[in-house]
Amino acid sequence: MKYIHHLFFISILAVITACGSGSEKQSAPGAPAKPDTKAQVPASIREGKGIGEIKNVELTDPLDETMVKKGKAIVDMKCAACHKLTDQRVVGPGFQDVTNKRKPEWIMNMITNVEVMLDEDPVAQQLLEECLTRMPNQNVSIGDARDILEFLRSNDLATIGKKDGAVN
Amino acid sequence: MNNVFQINKIITMKINMQIRLTIYIILAMVFAYSFSCKPKTPGSVSVGDAASKVYVAPGQYDEFYNIVSGGFNGQMSVVGLPSGRVFKILPVFSVHPENGYGYSEETKPMLNTSFGFVPWDDLHHIALSTTKGEHDGRWAFGNANNTPRVARVDLTTFKTVEILEIPHSSGNHSSPFITENTEYVVASTRFSIPIGDEKSRDVPINTYKENFKGTVSFIKVADDGEMSIAFQLVTPGVNFDLARAGKGPSHGWFFFSCYNTEQAYSLLEVNASQKDKDFIMAVNWKKAEEYIKAGKGKTVKAKYAHNVFDDHTHTATSTIMDEVVQLDPSEFDDIIYYIPCPKSPHGCDVDPTGNYIVGSGKLAALIPVFSFNKFITAIQNKDFEGEYDGLPVIRYESALHGEVKRPGLGPLHTEFDGRGYGYTSMFVSSEIVKWNIETLEVVDRVPTYYSIGHLMIPGGCTAKPHGKYVVAYNKITKDRYLPTGPELCHSAQLYDISGDKMQLLLDFPTIGEPHYAEALPASMLMNKQVKFYRLEDNQHPHAAKGESQARVERNGNKIHVYLTSIRSHFAPDNIEGVKIGDEVYFHVTNLEQDWDVPHGFAIKGANTAELLVMPGETQTLKWIPDRVGVFPFYCTDFCSALHQEMQGYLRVSPANSNVELQFSLGQNGQ
Repeated sequence: MKYIHHLFFISILAVITACGSGSEKQSAPGAPAKPDTKAQVPASIREGKGIGEIKNVELTDPLDETMVKKGKAIVDMKCAACHKLTDQRVVGPGFQDVTNKRKPEWIMNMITNVEVMLDEDPVAQQLLEECLTRMPNQNVSIGDARDILEFLRSNDLATIGKKDGAVN
Repeated sequence: MNNVFQINKIITMKINMQIRLTIYIILAMVFAYSFSCKPKTPGSVSVGDAASKVYVAPGQYDEFYNIVSGGFNGQMSVVGLPSGRVFKILPVFSVHPENGYGYSEETKPMLNTSFGFVPWDDLHHIALSTTKGEHDGRWAFGNANNTPRVARVDLTTFKTVEILEIPHSSGNHSSPFITENTEYVVASTRFSIPIGDEKSRDVPINTYKENFKGTVSFIKVADDGEMSIAFQLVTPGVNFDLARAGKGPSHGWFFFSCYNTEQAYSLLEVNASQKDKDFIMAVNWKKAEEYIKAGKGKTVKAKYAHNVFDDHTHTATSTIMDEVVQLDPSEFDDIIYYIPCPKSPHGCDVDPTGNYIVGSGKLAALIPVFSFNKFITAIQNKDFEGEYDGLPVIRYESALHGEVKRPGLGPLHTEFDGRGYGYTSMFVSSEIVKWNIETLEVVDRVPTYYSIGHLMIPGGCTAKPHGKYVVAYNKITKDRYLPTGPELCHSAQLYDISGDKMQLLLDFPTIGEPHYAEALPASMLMNKQVKFYRLEDNQHPHAAKGESQARVERNGNKIHVYLTSIRSHFAPDNIEGVKIGDEVYFHVTNLEQDWDVPHGFAIKGANTAELLVMPGETQTLKWIPDRVGVFPFYCTDFCSALHQEMQGYLRVSPANSNVELQFSLGQNGQ
């Protein structure tokens, strides 16, 4: 067997010396450069509305109980594993007081556009630094997010007697 | 090269060391020269811009999905072309501990058969669904060669969603080929056997001629994909090898290669190679369909499993069926005709126009090409040369379009480029031969390394080939890759066929033993992939849709744990009150609703495998504790920065313990 090995190495050597190795094309198609998205802070972020499809939310009173009920069902299924209804932080911050701290647009953008929010919105980024787990995209529709907002308003009213405190 | 080694060995025994060394050097130089500078040797066939033609830059996509059979690993693999990158191992007939397929309670029924749970098979051929003879990107079918079955894979989830066992069959090799609009999938037996009741089956092997029968099953495919055996043709005993449906003008016909028309039952390598010609069996399935509709079929007893995976309950069910309809073609004079085909035909392929049928006699020194028109004319003129077991045999010359002369040695399979050329794999001479379908002239040949079996052009068996590449699937790799002990990888080789001459671009190893494969444009599948299962649509009876539904329940000695997972914790994660003698069912629901966030689940001592639970899905692991203690369970798929924290404890107490069943999350001493 040893001879075969010798033979092989000598052959390889001979291949290299006899024919040389042709120069190889190495040019790879380069990926287009991403535009610098951080150059300018969008107005909606400066206004505390975050970034996403939700530009303006009209709140109504009294609360729509049908929406509250639907919102609670979605929160139970898709959100409650990480967000408690109190002010206790588990994986993410507790929901209590959120409508007094964040504008409705910010809340709905955070639910429906979480990847971009975590990349661009300074408040969302600060929360990520505190919680260290990126909030997942739970694929909640805008309609469902609005129901969740209604439920969060009702939760604030029930727990601390005050809601919508972040609306100008 | 082997010759060089052999000469070498002989010489080394006879000559002394010094001379030997000199000879080595000379031989090595000769060897190297032949290896590197002559055309069509491994070092030089791949030249010039080959690398750039297969280079798919980071972040870019391949042009084709290639669904490749895994042979004796019972799986399919999903490969990108032209890069050769493997994306997924897709379990079909074999258990797959990596994702719990065949181990989880939901997937175990997929592998149920009339023989009980069969965790392995030999998957040879792929058929991608077609409409009007062209790929439509709905399903991939695969065959189980050993315990006869046909599987259907959903190409939006890349999951095996159905497995149908084939009764009265033995060695489902000639399968799962499909008709033009996926009306039927066929499954014909490789080994003929005695069929019928117990008395008919218990016969001496040497009564093959009288008692052994072949069966060809036509499996109806419903609009939603569900399969059912419409009818079985009972034929004279032979070995069915491969098949293709007609298309275009020949739609309504099916062509099956048959060997062992000698009806040998021992030492087949000699005794089944006696005749100059075996047959391609042509079946008029539209006629057979009519006779079945007219009630001419006979319902007979059968025992076979039909297993279906439900996407809403994420659960498979297995039903044992008890009868099948059979049709005896010898009672009719217009269902089956035999076309003589030289020397044990293997491949039986129909060109994109549907006008030509190519038989590949693996022991023949030529490739016969039959004309569908001439075949039909021969039937009309009753131009028969005789009968085989009472069924008409067409005169060879009457159906023949012509022969490709001296194509190479050991022709096996033919694919088409849509530009009028056939590409035939040559097993014995290790090459692909390109020939003109009209003129039957060989126009090019390239070596393969080594012993090519199947070959594949994307869409090359359909009415619409994408004739850019041909891929060779090779049986032997010998010196092509870094060696890995006695068992070496099988391989694929990608050739550019866009020009007049085939050009080798890439070698890549494959998963298992690749037999047939198919490929279709990536654009047909990539935008319709299921990204996650909607929790709202989850109808699993043990789903916990939200942490508020997470719980543990006792039902006799069965403990049901309704467990949820989300980055990065389980609920509940502390469980007590389980006792020796209990059976624990972990029903794990992944609450994530985003792409690419599976969670795993494993517990110490489980005699099964892990679960890999896709977002929104529920899967169940059964665990029977055999000793007292506290057992950790954890997430096996790195899910977040706190993945290593994703764990829980389960306490097991003695059988007579009075520890109450309890569960919690986040109660850390508070």
